[in-house]
Parts: sequence; structure tokens; C-alpha cells
Amino acid sequence: MSLLVFLEHHGNELQKGSLGVLAKAATLGDPDVAAVLLGGGVRALASEAGTFGAGKVYVAEDDALEPPLPQARVDVLATVVREGGYGTVLFANSVLAADVAAGLSARLEAGLNWDLVDVALQDGTLVGKRPALQDSVSVDVGWRSEPRLALFRAGAFDAVATGGGEPEIEELSVELEEHSRGARVVEQQLEDTSGPSIEDADVIVAGGRGLGAPESFALAEELARALGGAVGATRAVVDAGWYPYSAQIGQTGKTVSPKLYVALGISGAIQHKVGMQSSNVIVAINKDANAPIFEFSDLGVVGDVHEIVPKLTALLEQRRG
Amino acid sequence: MKIAVCVKHVPEGAARIDPTSKRLDRSGEGGLNHFDANAVEEALRLKADSDAEVVVVSMGPARAADSVRKALAMGADRALLISDEGVAGSDLVGTSAVLAAALEREAADLVLFGQQASDADGAVLWAAVAERLRRPVVSQAMELSLADGSLRVKRQTEFGYDVIEAPLPAVVAVSDAINEPRYPSLKGIMGAKKKPSETLSLADLGLDAAAVGEAGAKTEVLALGSPPPRGDSRTIEGDGNAAQAILDFLAEKRLV
Repeated sequence: MSLLVFLEHHGNELQKGSLGVLAKAATLGDPDVAAVLLGGGVRALASEAGTFGAGKVYVAEDDALEPPLPQARVDVLATVVREGGYGTVLFANSVLAADVAAGLSARLEAGLNWDLVDVALQDGTLVGKRPALQDSVSVDVGWRSEPRLALFRAGAFDAVATGGGEPEIEELSVELEEHSRGARVVEQQLEDTSGPSIEDADVIVAGGRGLGAPESFALAEELARALGGAVGATRAVVDAGWYPYSAQIGQTGKTVSPKLYVALGISGAIQHKVGMQSSNVIVAINKDANAPIFEFSDLGVVGDVHEIVPKLTALLEQRRG
Repeated sequence: MKIAVCVKHVPEGAARIDPTSKRLDRSGEGGLNHFDANAVEEALRLKADSDAEVVVVSMGPARAADSVRKALAMGADRALLISDEGVAGSDLVGTSAVLAAALEREAADLVLFGQQASDADGAVLWAAVAERLRRPVVSQAMELSLADGSLRVKRQTEFGYDVIEAPLPAVVAVSDAINEPRYPSLKGIMGAKKKPSETLSLADLGLDAAAVGEAGAKTEVLALGSPPPRGDSRTIEGDGNAAQAILDFLAEKRLV
């Protein structure tokens, strides 16, 4: 089995989600897992890919690959898959990676299974696991032909260094299709990401509309400080301008899997759930006893966040002394 | 100016997977995928500015006509439904081939999609369709405007916002943050029945049934099972002792 992993980077950092997929790929029996890194300055990131299990890294630094747009990446990947004879291409879900995977599916007439949380070899055949219907069913999915394309939920795998050495590096020449040159990024507003990153935090305290007002986010911030964690937010409160987009968790935000997730005044709509359901332990406080979040919380508390959270923060501070 | 909007008819209420076919049971009540209502709304907004024709395109069983009619009732001008036994069981490869063939025929300046299908949680179709049409694609659009034969999109990503421009014809998937879809008016509902609506088969589109549907699928469902249990879930009343109870729970889980 020959595996290729699409690695995504932002600035000078390889994204944890795609490194997790690479580390997983390295356990699937292919001694020469390869990775693809596309964009400005990626040559310098190739060695790091080696430590997460890539034996070979394809790099392309063409200007056309600088903006985070999918179609030029489809062109490059299609060539690598065809010429390198790769049977399987793995992606960690993101706004960019989903579009790249789907474009590649059409280009190569290759089957794509998405929203996977795991993959394994069963009798030498690759089988993916996908939770469906609001995670009430676990579906085993397969591929009928090569190449097989797999798109994993962000956070499906921990990015664990495999202890691999310096990878072989192959530079790619870039030839683009006409339609891949059409879209251009004319402006980018990156959000300030100072403070603890919610993707790396072991504890996340997230707030939703049930906090009642933007000022009430102080409750979430104080509890996060007492627990040594980061603050997250739902789509609804980000849209309402209560909290910055960089803290948004869910379908159109980040997917997180901390050891502890504390949900304050969050109803638990599916759009939010997909971003945090793989958290190890979930504690929810909400005054609506029928809120869906209680269905997938380890501890649900039906009550008022404004009363409970300050007490909890005080107890935690007391305990720490 | 012609705008095509791709919509999906999805099961309503508690969806289930048929254990025999291992496919989503589509026999019950259904409705317009609510994320697609944002795409219909955006097309109607653009129509108001530019006098465009709005065509609704859907692939699905005959009853998908209900969802198509809802889009017409909202204000779309015309509908195209691809309904053929041969398309049942299509995966991404097949669905994108069928929709691309229908869209090729329409030659729209702009093709719109909603941000995902609420039944299969798919959020990828536009990129596959755009690839087949060989047109630029932009997803997660939260603002969309057209001017001088090109489009401008502001979109959300994990890292902030991008503003993207692309020449028409192009494909755009809109986020559900882009607008609030209107409800069809009574007049709209009555008028929808009189609007032109065409049903096409695979043969009408010149497609080989072996290349799409279950026969042409490159992916398959192998087995259905129960998800791994989340462990014990408990809910307590938030009385005066709730904070202490949470602390005890966190201590028990060794999280503090």
C-alpha cells in the first residue's frame, strides 16, 4: 500500500491535524509514507514532516500555491498521485483540504470518504470509520478502487512524533490548468492568535448565547484561568460580535479535542457538536434541561451559569491555595 | 445573467439508515436541505440587483420535486430535476458527474451551493462539480457580490477572513451566515405550481448508468454499528451545591 498525506501549514507551522493524519498513516504498514507540502517557504518545514513519519516529502514553492486556494493544489496532487502511483491519499479536514480532496476526487474519478474518525487495515484492506446521523451510528466505509481518498475529522489523531529521520525531498514542477488560475485572494485578515491556542489547550471553557451578554464572557475567562485552559465560543456569539472568530468552535470554526471541555450556556446544536464531541470529558451547564448538549455530556448541570460558575472558580482557586 | 442553485431533498425528522441497502432511508417525509435555502436566498438577492434568471437544479427521487417547488415558491424562476433510478446510491464521483452534466447544459454564469447537506454531512460537492466544469470555485462565502463579469467573496477560514475574486463563470458555496432565507409567501406558493419545471433522466443528459449511482460508486458502506459509548452520563440539578459537585467530578476524573 502506498500512502500519500496532504500536509497543511499556516505561516511557518505545520497544522497539527495533518501531522496527526501523517503519524496515523505511518502505522498502516507502508514503510515509505510520503507527504506533500505546497506553498511559500515549505521547503524548511519538510524535516519536521520526517519526524512525524514521512519517508519522502514532495515540495512545491510556486507563487501560485501561496494563497490558500484549492484548485492549484489539485493540479499538483493529481500529478504526484499519477506519477508516483499512490493508491491512497489522506487529508485532515479544513476549509482548504476539503475542497482539495473533492476536486481531486473528480479529477481522478477517485472515491472520497469524508468525516472519518479512524482508519484501519482489515485483512489488508483499508476501512474507514465514520460517525453518521448526529453520531448515532458508526459506519464502516471502504473504497472499491484506487486511488482512495480519505478526509479525516480534524483532531481525529494525535500528532505523535514517530521518531523518523530526515526525509527524502523531491521538488515538484508546477503546471496549472486554466481554471485553477481564476480565483485570487485579494485581501487577508488574520485574526490575532495570542494567548493560549484552543487547538493545543488541555482544557477549554466555551461560552454560548446562554451567557446572556458579551460581558458575561468574563465568567468563562476566569474559569479558564482557574483551570489553566483556553476560552472558546459558539458560532452564534461570534456572529453576534461577543467574542473573536479565532475562538469559534464548530463546523465553521475549529475542531478541538481537549481533555476537559466545559460548555457554558451552550445548547449543543449539531454545528457546535461536531467541533467538540471528541473531547475526553464534557461538562455542561445550561438552564434549559432539554438542551441537546446534555445528551453527550459526561456531567450535565441544569442551572444558571451566572450563579454556578463564580462559585466553581472560587472553589478551584481555594483548592489551589 | 443566469444563476443555477443546486439543492438537495433531505429526510426530515429522525433519519435512519436502511440496514439492507446500508443507505439513508429516503422513503419518509423530506424537505429542502436548510443550508440550501441560504443559496436560494442569495441567488434571489443577486437577481433583484441584476435581473438574473434563477434556475434550481436537483438530483434525487421523484419526491425531490417538493424541495424544488419550495425553492420556486421562494422566488426561483425555473427548475431542473434529475430523477432516474440509475442515480440512486451515487457517491461524490457519481453525483458530481450528474450535476456537472446538467449544469453544462444550463451554462449558468454562477452556480451556487449551500454549505453542507444536513443528512450525509457532506460539505464537498461544489469543489468536485467545479472541477468537472473547469471553473473557479470559492467556498464558505459569507458575502458575495458581482461586478463586471467577476465575483467577489468574503469568506471565513480557520485563521480569519479572506477576500477572493474570480472571473465568471464560477462556482460558489455559501455559508449559512450569508443571509436569512425568506419564507415563501402564499402568492409564491401558489405561483410555484405554474413555473416551468423539467425532469431529466440519465439518458437525457447523455450519461452512462454504469458510471453513476450504485453501479459507478467508488466508495461503499461495509457495515453499520453502534458508536463507542461515551461512558456514564449524568445530569444534576443546579442547586446551591452544583459548584461543589462539579469540582468533585473533576477531582474524580483527575482533571484538577
